[in-house]
Amino acid sequence: MKKSKRRAAFAVFLAPSFCGLGIFVLLPFLDVVRRSFTTAVTGKFTGMGNYRMIFGNHAFLTAVKNTLRFTSVCIPLLVLIGFLIAMPLSKLKNAGLIKSVYLFPLAMPTATIVMVWKMVFYKQGFLNLFLSKMGEWTGLWGEVHQDYLGTGAAFWVLVCSYIWKNAGYTIVLWLAGILSIPRELLEAAKVDGAGELGQIRYVILPNLKGTLYTIVILSFLNSFKIYREAYLVAGAYPNESIYLLQHTFNNWFVNMEFDKMAAAAVCTGAFLLIAILLLQRMWDRDEA
Amino acid sequence: MRTKFSFVKKKELHKGILAVILLLPGILVLMPVILLFTGSFMDQYELKEYLNSIFMDGIGYIGWKLMPDYPTFENYKKLLFLSPQFFVLFWNSMKMTACILAGQLLIGVPAAWAFAAYRVRGGKGLFALYVVLMLLPFQVTMLSSYLVLNRLSLLNTQIAVILPAIFSTFPIFLVYGGFRGIPAQLFEAARIDGAGEAVIFFKIGIPLGKSGIMSAMVLGFLEYWNMMEQPMAFLDEKSLWPLSLYLPEITWAQAGHAFCASFITLIPAAFVFVMGQDYLEQGIIYSGLKE
Repeated sequence: MKKSKRRAAFAVFLAPSFCGLGIFVLLPFLDVVRRSFTTAVTGKFTGMGNYRMIFGNHAFLTAVKNTLRFTSVCIPLLVLIGFLIAMPLSKLKNAGLIKSVYLFPLAMPTATIVMVWKMVFYKQGFLNLFLSKMGEWTGLWGEVHQDYLGTGAAFWVLVCSYIWKNAGYTIVLWLAGILSIPRELLEAAKVDGAGELGQIRYVILPNLKGTLYTIVILSFLNSFKIYREAYLVAGAYPNESIYLLQHTFNNWFVNMEFDKMAAAAVCTGAFLLIAILLLQRMWDRDEA
Repeated sequence: MRTKFSFVKKKELHKGILAVILLLPGILVLMPVILLFTGSFMDQYELKEYLNSIFMDGIGYIGWKLMPDYPTFENYKKLLFLSPQFFVLFWNSMKMTACILAGQLLIGVPAAWAFAAYRVRGGKGLFALYVVLMLLPFQVTMLSSYLVLNRLSLLNTQIAVILPAIFSTFPIFLVYGGFRGIPAQLFEAARIDGAGEAVIFFKIGIPLGKSGIMSAMVLGFLEYWNMMEQPMAFLDEKSLWPLSLYLPEITWAQAGHAFCASFITLIPAAFVFVMGQDYLEQGIIYSGLKE
């Protein structure tokens, strides 16, 4: 096929999507970049003024800290839990049903589940009831009246609901990775005397680097959606431990503080871009 | 012979135990559904009895019964026949989800085809741009979307939610995963036989790349049925809202109503999940394919 014809076809097929992206994402984002250097109301040029403002803003700094804390706790935990379930699952022939059970939370709309989370984590909710019964049964502790949503424990509530929702696709990705490893490799390792753990350490894990990269990227992408749970369970101004970057953006949006929003959007976007490129480079280097 | 038999049997038993252990956390996973389901059949007095302790500090705990004492269809009857508002919002959700998915088919499938079928200079760079856009969270692009929608005077219309979502790059990535599995020789053979590029796309690309397209639709449905950030930011008028924004507004005083509405909201998502589970899994795997 001729080069010019190939390019024409490529352009025709891509054009609608690219124009839409241009109009709805790319051009307006350039406008946001411009706005990040001007004041909100008068539109006067302020240089780095907005950036200085957000980095001196307590709410923004708290939100950045919490968001980083959340992702750095959740992603390793999710990756690990997913692997611990996928590994034994890969040995079963009829893993279909078990897989569906773990995947189902992905289909459950957040709004339908928030009520259940409240029933579980309220001061007089199911979790405390369960813990109290356990205490009574073992005789080790008395009634538990821990408040989960109004204290720092809210952070862990959020971690749990994130894992609950996302464990399924992590398991599916790990499983696909594990099952794509050639059987001969594992057999060879067995012949060479590798035990169960040896096989995991020397054959399975080194072959799953690509899967790991994928899972980390997707988990990262989904970690931003935890805002739905946080917002629905605790509102726009929750306990400080779960005040996330998404809350800041939303509250600024409601108050029309577009100058701060613009600067924060540019910073967050730039940070994500760098993080993605770094991850990709790490992965590519491993491949080579 | 006997030793071999018992060995096999032991192995089977081993696997059975493993399956049970792996299913145990699954109960935790399904518990919320069971709660919603049973709650939707309880009358308000029974629910009050179980839930009341939540609001009284330090006295007693929440209670529950897996089988309601007085099972009733009252909640469903009220919701389905006496609250027209629920229907409006249900159809809002359906309409927005359907429009977004249709738009994504129209725009996204050709775009994915462009990346999969034609190697051109700069194509890789563009694809990288699409991947980065896919990974940007809504909050980062919220202001830019708002600025455009404001300029087009589309704010507070459902188009404001639909239009930006149509150009999302995530489905393109999934559909691309499906197209990539088609061997390039097929296109070459078709071209030698004199087929035009449009014919190749419709006659070879779409039928053979169906699994990618279906995956994008299934994952898309679950995503947009659950959509919250976009309508919350761009729709002021409550009659335009999707269900996902309405449910959290129901108070504990109407717990039966809330359980029932939640359960009904869950049904379409559960239906798509059950019907499209293979595509869903395939889609998750496609989303993991790296260029």
